[in-house]
Amino acid sequence: MPHPLHIIVCAGIVPDPLQTLEPTTNPTGPGIKNEMVLPAVLDPWAASALYEAANLAAKNPGSKLWLVSLGPKAKLQQVMMTIAQRVAFELVPIDGPIGGFPDAQATAAALAEAIGAIPGLDRARLLVFGGWESASRGAGVTLQLVGERLGITDQFQGVDQIALRDDGSFEVLERVEGGKHQVSVCAGAPAVLGWATGNLAEPRNNPQIGMANMRTIMPALQRAKTVALAADGLRYVSVSLPKQQRTTRVEKNMTPDEIAAEIVGWLNNE
Amino acid sequence: MESILVLTHADESSTALSKGSLEAVTAGKELAARLGAELTIGIIAKHASGAAKQVASAGAKLLAVQGEEFAQARFASDAAACEALWRAAQATIVLAPHSSRFARVMAAVAYRVGGAIDTHVTAIGGAEDVEATRWFYRQRVEAVLARTARPWFMLLDTGTHAPFEGAADTQPDEIAIAVELPEMRTKVTGMRSPEQSQQTIRPDAKLLFVAGAGWTKKQPDGQVHVEEAGKLILDFLAGSGASLGSSKSLVDQGGEGQSVLPFLTHLNQVGQTGSTPRHPKGLATCCHGEEPHVVGWRFIGERRAISLDPNCGWSRGKADVVYVADAFKVMERLNERLGNRD
Repeated sequence: MPHPLHIIVCAGIVPDPLQTLEPTTNPTGPGIKNEMVLPAVLDPWAASALYEAANLAAKNPGSKLWLVSLGPKAKLQQVMMTIAQRVAFELVPIDGPIGGFPDAQATAAALAEAIGAIPGLDRARLLVFGGWESASRGAGVTLQLVGERLGITDQFQGVDQIALRDDGSFEVLERVEGGKHQVSVCAGAPAVLGWATGNLAEPRNNPQIGMANMRTIMPALQRAKTVALAADGLRYVSVSLPKQQRTTRVEKNMTPDEIAAEIVGWLNNE
Repeated sequence: MESILVLTHADESSTALSKGSLEAVTAGKELAARLGAELTIGIIAKHASGAAKQVASAGAKLLAVQGEEFAQARFASDAAACEALWRAAQATIVLAPHSSRFARVMAAVAYRVGGAIDTHVTAIGGAEDVEATRWFYRQRVEAVLARTARPWFMLLDTGTHAPFEGAADTQPDEIAIAVELPEMRTKVTGMRSPEQSQQTIRPDAKLLFVAGAGWTKKQPDGQVHVEEAGKLILDFLAGSGASLGSSKSLVDQGGEGQSVLPFLTHLNQVGQTGSTPRHPKGLATCCHGEEPHVVGWRFIGERRAISLDPNCGWSRGKADVVYVADAFKVMERLNERLGNRD
């Protein structure tokens, strides 16, 4: 039996993982050098959440999917040109600073306010999705704080699977220590799910979905509310790249047996 | 004047504290000694007496939340328990292990009590102030930060402190804290291991063995040897007791219809979109050493790699030793030697 859901996906934008990052100091605090011109992508774990959300919405006709994203408008527009071709969603953009250094409390407040202002949102059918950690701050805090601000008391983190049941309840698999999943059954929406990788492959680009999405994305970007994120007593003492550089021994002429012998000796050496 | 609360929880046995919790106790003791602060330890367990005994000699006030509802990790009950412990202690600094159980709830707890939170903290320093070290951008940028907001919650990464070992003969005198639980809409029904013939993720292993995409590529004879690769890797894991990690490209091959090692899942993935495990030693095979892959190795002590590419990124200051060789042949010899070792 289908259960129409209202699914919100919170997703930030981050530098493409292949880019070299160099910290710098801006007037507002630490940042990444040239972050505004580095190629950006939708945060990887949040992207998994988006694909899982689209899959869930497709299986439950009547569901709606919103993507709530905070970042500079120009960067959001750039990333949406790609993401919008993969799954159908309605964008709720928030024009704000990029990067991992602003405090998560302020980010969560802006996201929760934007979610609360979505017209027609039914909180009894609400699932809030996102990545369990971002590729920038990497704290696993923002989504939890959004859930608290929205008064949602069932939260799951490191989610790899959700299975909706006929009665509206759902089973969730969360990553725990030792390569295991904790299995829980929740009575139903509302709930917060911070996703790990999930099980779905990245959807292929579909220009038709892209064109349909862009009709609403561009006006939404133009209307995006601008927010400033307060530091709230957070002070960075230092921000630096790891300096560890190893002196590497490159062995080109050892036989497999010699290498194996050396590795066994190394493994045995406490 | 600061006061410190260390929040702890039981391990899977429900009677003893988790290793991460004992590490947090060590961190709490060190910080309390430096600041001259009062130390309180809060315990969440089905039965708290065994856990309390473990930390009875820590010189701290002990608070405990116990009962059947706290046997398993669940957001609603764990958040209520942590909140109750904080309200009983009223500490300005809260330390806790960055376990899956506490990572799920602690930001919400900090919000409920009007505090701030930082997670994945790897060190606590500062001269007169308290400063926390943590990584940003998936272990690529390291920052030291301080906060004026109190209470300040810090989740400590495991492996950053030695587990607390107290005297076994000290009798605990814990104070039971009552918790008002909300309606429980979630029921934990159990644990599930990935569908694989054996468990390949071993957080306490001395060695992390990382398999890269090269294992499933064409070999010098022009053929792929996925079955052979799988056997070599599993035999090595069995012989060495290593934990298995993999690169994203290798795990993703399964979803793209290519030949793949059947025992690998996304849980094995290290790097940008995977885990960043802590092991004393690491051995990488058939990896091509891109920056995202290096990220997954940030917290590996001694690193060695086997690669056919002498110009691999690993040979540029990332590994201690790079063996330029065919990993199939080396692993075959290695397994023979590990088999003979017994």
